[in-house]
Amino acid sequence: MNGTRRHAVIAGVATSDYPYLPELTELAVHGQVADRALADAGLAFADVDGLATAGFFPMYAVGLAEYLGVTPTYLDETNTGGSSFEVLVEHAAYAVEAGAAEVVLVTYGSIQLSQMGRRLGTGGGGAGMPGPAVHDALWGNTLVGNYAMAARRHMHQFGTTSEQLAAVAVTMRDHAAFNPQAQYRDPITVDDVIGSRLVADPLHKLDCCVISDGGAACVVTTAERATDLPRAPVYILGGAHASTHQFNLSAMADLTTTAAARSGPAAFARAGMTPDDVDVAQLYDSFTITVVLTVEDLGFCAKGEGGAFVEAGGLGLGGRLPTNTDGGGLSACHPGMRGMFLIVEAVRQLRGECGPTQVPDAHVAVAHGTGGMLSTGATLLLGNEAP
Amino acid sequence: MTDQPVTDSSPPADERPPKARPAPVPDADTAEYWKAAHDGRLLVQRCDACGATQLYARDRCRRCRGVVRWEEASGRGTVYSFTVIRQNYQRPFRDWIPYVVALVDLEEGPRVMTNVVGCDPALVHIGMAVRARFEVVSDDAGIALFEPAP
Repeated sequence: MNGTRRHAVIAGVATSDYPYLPELTELAVHGQVADRALADAGLAFADVDGLATAGFFPMYAVGLAEYLGVTPTYLDETNTGGSSFEVLVEHAAYAVEAGAAEVVLVTYGSIQLSQMGRRLGTGGGGAGMPGPAVHDALWGNTLVGNYAMAARRHMHQFGTTSEQLAAVAVTMRDHAAFNPQAQYRDPITVDDVIGSRLVADPLHKLDCCVISDGGAACVVTTAERATDLPRAPVYILGGAHASTHQFNLSAMADLTTTAAARSGPAAFARAGMTPDDVDVAQLYDSFTITVVLTVEDLGFCAKGEGGAFVEAGGLGLGGRLPTNTDGGGLSACHPGMRGMFLIVEAVRQLRGECGPTQVPDAHVAVAHGTGGMLSTGATLLLGNEAP
Repeated sequence: MTDQPVTDSSPPADERPPKARPAPVPDADTAEYWKAAHDGRLLVQRCDACGATQLYARDRCRRCRGVVRWEEASGRGTVYSFTVIRQNYQRPFRDWIPYVVALVDLEEGPRVMTNVVGCDPALVHIGMAVRARFEVVSDDAGIALFEPAP
């Protein structure tokens, strides 16, 4: 996104109360984070001319605009699952840089836990799945089972171990200890992860993200507009997204290479950067294997070396790639499509607001969302210096 | 966290009789595939133009958009990856735990999701040779399960 007169920035961010919001509707969670993100940005609803969000009904953003009482002239509700919000912010950047919008509010809200309990991930699909999705829906596979098959294949090809996968969960829990809102904060060990019950071999309960209520939001505008606003702007340096399949894991050519292998290089190229430029990462951690695959596919280590990378503390504070400094979806909060939380935490790192988990001299952050059944990847590079 | 949610993911005990395996609803793309499996045959699609094989069934070749025709597959394949499902709240699957869900690469090329049955889940492994075994699930559809090849 270099070379244009207008530079897209994130001028405000917010997270909702979480992880349990039985008193709020899904749309009210959107409202809470919208209020907070606009306040953080020093803006009001009257300034908003763009609205972007993702949910599970058609015309979702249109409905949210109605609920919030706003009348934007830019709307986006692209849904790529958990990576949706990286895509929506990438799109919002294009929109403000093209002059199609001035202030785009991007919100996420969910009451998954209150509404559904902890069922997400362990349902069986069934014959009612639409269109081709029926092909993988007849076998009692679960969301967890899809990621489990990727983990099994990665183990087979590269010798990755359950202990290495567990290291991801342990590091996320270490970070969650510093987050007073995190769903789980008590320290865990590799043995705790491996000793937790198997949900779908080889993934244990503690290899799986938590299920929460919650939401998050950001405000995308231009650097020019942000000069009048209270927060130091965070620049959107580059973004890209890709997919390998929708719900049918059988249509994914190689279970050890995700869409991140295409979205990552494209995003780095657009930002004129390489993985070496990244100081802090927020990577979708639906499952421990998701993070191992992502660090490989984004180029932070070679394919097959992700297990060793995480086992050596690569994701920890002080590691090569401090990751999910809020505790991630594995420990802090995962309401279903967590991508917006990744962006908010990246911005807070780049604004130096993270206290005990602040990465020193953080100038460039990557937020990478993974959606569906390991189906989609969306990479966003953010920085606190003008490109 | 301080306020532990009281929500429970376990549905109340279900006393109804065992639920049948779900049956696909055939459409213009897939009717022949499901019908063949109903009759004990596994089909794949082959492209007249480029020779590529594919499943699931589509109206054209996903590689070159060529016209596809059906051919009978050997029913032999190898396990590409698998998992043993130990938690699923939905019936009938809940009643079968633990069971194997696998991706099988057919000899002809296409990869399908399936259940590997007929052996201890602990014996299933990547690279395992398997063969199709059919189950009728409706008047116009069958599905291909896989079992260890002899």
